[in-house]
Amino acid sequence: MFTEFFYYLRNFGVPVSINEWQDLMEALELGMAASSLTAFYHLSRALLVKTEAHYDRFDLAFASYLGDLESPEGMPEKIWEWLNRELPEQDITEAMRRNHQQLDLEEMKRMLAERLAEQDEAHNGGNRWVGTGGTSPFGHSGYHPGGIRIGGTTRNLSAVKVAGMRRFQEYRTDETLGVRQFQLALRKLRQFTTRLEGLREELDLEGTVDKTCQNAGRLELMWARPRVNSMKVLLLMDAGGSMLPYSRLCNQLFTAVNKSNHFKDLKVFYFHNCIYDWLYHDPSCSLRNYTETDHILRTCNSDYRVIIVGDASMSHSELMRAGGIIDWDLHNDQPGIEWLRRIRQHFEYSVWLNPISSKYWDYMEGAFTIKAIGQVLPMDELTVEGLERSIGRLKNRSQAGKEKQIAAR
Amino acid sequence: MIRNMTQYRGSSDYIVSDELRNSVNIAIALGKPLLIKGEPGTGKTMLAQSIAGALGKDLYIWNIKSTTKAQEGLYVYDTVQRLYDSQFKDHDVANIKQYIKAGKLGEAFQSSDQVVLLIDEIDKADLEFPNDLLWELDQMSYYIPETRETISAHTRPIVIITSNAEKELPDAFLRRCIFHYIAFPDPEEMGQIIKVHHPDLDKRLLEQAMETFYMLRNIPNIQKKPSTSELIDWLQALVVGGISPNKIKQDMPFLGVLLKKNEDLDILLNGLQQKTQNRVPPRSTYWNR
Repeated sequence: MFTEFFYYLRNFGVPVSINEWQDLMEALELGMAASSLTAFYHLSRALLVKTEAHYDRFDLAFASYLGDLESPEGMPEKIWEWLNRELPEQDITEAMRRNHQQLDLEEMKRMLAERLAEQDEAHNGGNRWVGTGGTSPFGHSGYHPGGIRIGGTTRNLSAVKVAGMRRFQEYRTDETLGVRQFQLALRKLRQFTTRLEGLREELDLEGTVDKTCQNAGRLELMWARPRVNSMKVLLLMDAGGSMLPYSRLCNQLFTAVNKSNHFKDLKVFYFHNCIYDWLYHDPSCSLRNYTETDHILRTCNSDYRVIIVGDASMSHSELMRAGGIIDWDLHNDQPGIEWLRRIRQHFEYSVWLNPISSKYWDYMEGAFTIKAIGQVLPMDELTVEGLERSIGRLKNRSQAGKEKQIAAR
Repeated sequence: MIRNMTQYRGSSDYIVSDELRNSVNIAIALGKPLLIKGEPGTGKTMLAQSIAGALGKDLYIWNIKSTTKAQEGLYVYDTVQRLYDSQFKDHDVANIKQYIKAGKLGEAFQSSDQVVLLIDEIDKADLEFPNDLLWELDQMSYYIPETRETISAHTRPIVIITSNAEKELPDAFLRRCIFHYIAFPDPEEMGQIIKVHHPDLDKRLLEQAMETFYMLRNIPNIQKKPSTSELIDWLQALVVGGISPNKIKQDMPFLGVLLKKNEDLDILLNGLQQKTQNRVPPRSTYWNR
């Protein structure tokens, strides 16, 4: 039953699985849709859609499967004119509800076709012709349970048209990546402490058994230090204008890093296009709130893992020339590339994540600077796979070295 | 329609939309957990209480914290107590059963009548938490290796799970749930909800307060939008404070009840100032944090 709908949903990007589909079939057998389209809509949505972000896609798929409710094709221009006249809202009485039994969709389509053939003038109110208001099943702003709304906006929610409304459009996010996936990838970024430092708060079972045996069976509890993550992370993010298209992606990464509470320390700084003498505390990159890059290089141990996020696309001079900084009132004595080299040298592990897909790196406007930076810092695209590769590089140097060799070949 | 089955129809102290009621009944009929998501203050936790009240069933609440482990919901084996007891011969420590303490989920399974189990704010827990509960929620049974016992539910409890969407939940978990998103109530529904809490409120006061409330919610860039429960508290404060309805929109008294962040108050005040001076609003900051 409805198997085609399953594929409609998948085509519209609702990730439905067979399990959920079988649940729906079970529910239908229990008679939970009550042979009504509205109930079927709610039932299938509750069972098949698992995030409000997909409600909109579901609505679209539902509308499309049930015969292009909103499609204006085949509607004479005149009818659109009649329908465009707005009417005040109608009160619905119980009697009206009783008078209208639900009609079969096929039946309604047939009736609509017939009426279109017969009708030759505008009708507002009334119960038969296509028009606004009234209780005819065709048209808009009227009331008919299970009628076909043609254009206009909905007034009395009752039927198939709920799907045509796209109420959940604002929840729609065409995310290629979720925060969760980033978080899971970031979990791999950990390095456990030895058992030499920290509080003793874990029951040491073996130690307890040993000690108790030594005490000739009198219980003595031993406690051990739990191993915790000692990974320290320095996150540097480009907040320049060219990053605007990727702000959503960067926000997700930022959220994921921020929520990953397994780091021992996390420092976040911002920069504008390239790193020079100053690292800013907030994305507006104003000189009111900054730390000198030198200071960071001095105070942060070399075991900080450095993740730089940026599109690496800038003009040639911004990267290569002294004084090439984009901000009008600032001057840099050292070219940006030199700063990047210093960061690479100071910290044992560093990576660059680029939100631009790697297949465009050679053809972009910033291809030159992408290449130049890629030679200083290992660069990956900002996807889950790219992040995982980068995390591999941040964890052990042999892997980083190996990949460098492969890249060189 | 579903016959011979428990049907939830809402209760007198909780306004439930048709869609939500349908979802609840679907979950009850199919015996699957119902996952409720929505803005804070849309009555997610209240729903479970309302269901339990309306159907006359016991309610078990399992509050999830960041340190909660899935195992704790099933049972805890108090090894340390048993070890200590073994030191003094006044207990029979051979009976492990007495050291197995059932968690909320375990209690709900062992109850002889059907109960309502609320797993509150599941997104607070560790990322892997929902995955650790897959089998137990699917089969409604679990195995205790220490006593070689399988505990299975006499009657499948009605499981309500709430999430504030702080963390994304794993797909495998979502596949086993019925999902419902509680959209923020529109003014009309809000009127009904308020009527439940403040049955005889001055009409003009309500009107003015609602207008101010939705105006506040519609301010862009606001970090923590005021929610239903805050509106209800605010109305209470207005009534107790004896504020005249005409003054609500102008003075916005007791604003601290609605807006909880300093930044949000600043945004509001700036916005109002600009309105009066007719200045161009500043460009929104890029990161929108």
